[in-house]
Amino acid sequence: MSLLSLKQIGKTFANGTRALDQLDLTVARGEFISLLGPSGCGKSTALRLMAGLEQPDSGSLTWGETKPDIGFVFQDPTLMPWANVFDNVFLPLRLKGVARADALPKIMDALTRVGLGDFAQSFPRELSGGMKMRASIARALVLRPALLLMDEPFAALDEITRLKLNRDLLELQAELGMTVIFVTHSVYESAYLSSRICVFSNRPGRIIETIEVGPSGPRGEEFRLTSAYLETCQRASAALENAMERA
Amino acid sequence: MTSARLLPLVTFAALLLGWEALVQLQNIPPYVLPAPSRILMALREDWGLVSAALLVTLKITALALILATSIGVALAIVFAQWSWLERTFFPIAVILQVTPIIAIAPLLLIYLDADTAVLACAFLVAFFPILSNTALGLSSTDHNLRDLFDLYGASRWQQMHLLRLPSALPYFLGGLRIAGGLALIGAIAAEIAAGASGQGAGLAYRIVEAGYRLNIPRMFAALVLISVAGIAIWLVLELVTDQLLKRWHDSARDRSR
Repeated sequence: MSLLSLKQIGKTFANGTRALDQLDLTVARGEFISLLGPSGCGKSTALRLMAGLEQPDSGSLTWGETKPDIGFVFQDPTLMPWANVFDNVFLPLRLKGVARADALPKIMDALTRVGLGDFAQSFPRELSGGMKMRASIARALVLRPALLLMDEPFAALDEITRLKLNRDLLELQAELGMTVIFVTHSVYESAYLSSRICVFSNRPGRIIETIEVGPSGPRGEEFRLTSAYLETCQRASAALENAMERA
Repeated sequence: MTSARLLPLVTFAALLLGWEALVQLQNIPPYVLPAPSRILMALREDWGLVSAALLVTLKITALALILATSIGVALAIVFAQWSWLERTFFPIAVILQVTPIIAIAPLLLIYLDADTAVLACAFLVAFFPILSNTALGLSSTDHNLRDLFDLYGASRWQQMHLLRLPSALPYFLGGLRIAGGLALIGAIAAEIAAGASGQGAGLAYRIVEAGYRLNIPRMFAALVLISVAGIAIWLVLELVTDQLLKRWHDSARDRSR
């Protein structure tokens, strides 16, 4: 049973930009799908459609059973600067009407999972870029979503932090049994993280190539040395180059 | 104390000393230009009179500021919720703002009794910066945070008090600091226009009255008090701003670290 399927989705913005054209994608439970493509190809728009933040002009978006709880992580940490880490992570529960006392264990659990257990009282500006992103991920996890949507979440981070967060993300996915859809323009990131890579064409975006990588689950750093990983990188690079040329 | 703090103090003291010396050496009579020591003396002699007047002016200023804050913020929230109301009424607020208060004061004095007219003038000038800054702040929320609130199905009220009001706080406080100074200016201008005398007379009236009597030292004394009052208002609002923003906003970063 698929979690979500998009059929022949088209989206044009008010200014006339055609962002998506005939986008087809079926997502199964437990997958880690990367949407890989050049900048401005509409992959973020596809993610926003799935989150319900945009509506498609044509085509259909259908959920397998019922629409699951969704977590969303933006490119920026998007934390409320006036609230401490605890209150930022509390937000999704608070908006759903959960009392603070009832929310407490869930919040601390989410913070511990991302390694911020000791920083509940810190304000966003007191944290490093990587820690802010961890807080943002904790906020997305606090509702225990079945589907986690991430829009280039690590693009602004330094390489070491990024590698660490990549590894932690795979562990979190396995622990919580989530399906993840991950927008990126990095071939290496998508090859390391994904069970499946969907390569987008230039605008208007649609999927021009799908690369099956392997079962999702935690992968150690040594995965980056395997020939399967290198082969995936090469295939994804070639597909990405192909996508750019179609401009 | 660092030299950066010392320098303005030394400069100010030197200025006062130079003034004192000029008056003493040139034998300038106090009705032309009183020396700082003479002004201080007037301040001490007339303390009962001018401090009572100061209290009157400060009360009006504070009341005007409270009214301007509550009405300005309330209106900004209403405008943010219903943009057609903003389009309808914002131009009127602009007209009130761009018309000099000293020109409106005589008219208000015809319709209202003197005290109310002075309060109305102080309110009118203080009101606009609060309204426009808060309205700007309410519409300047981070668009990703707005998306996040939408994603979790936040109600309008939740959006307002959990997202838009906190985002608007630094803007509002910026407006409040401007409004504090303007409320005092508005009160003084209206008092001069009103020329109300007697028990309830404010500082501005004391200046006018002392002018008629050629009591120049008292004029200066009242002027000093007005300046001090203006500085005090500014410092208090600065302190409030710092306290509210120090943990999270960039404007307070340098001082808190």
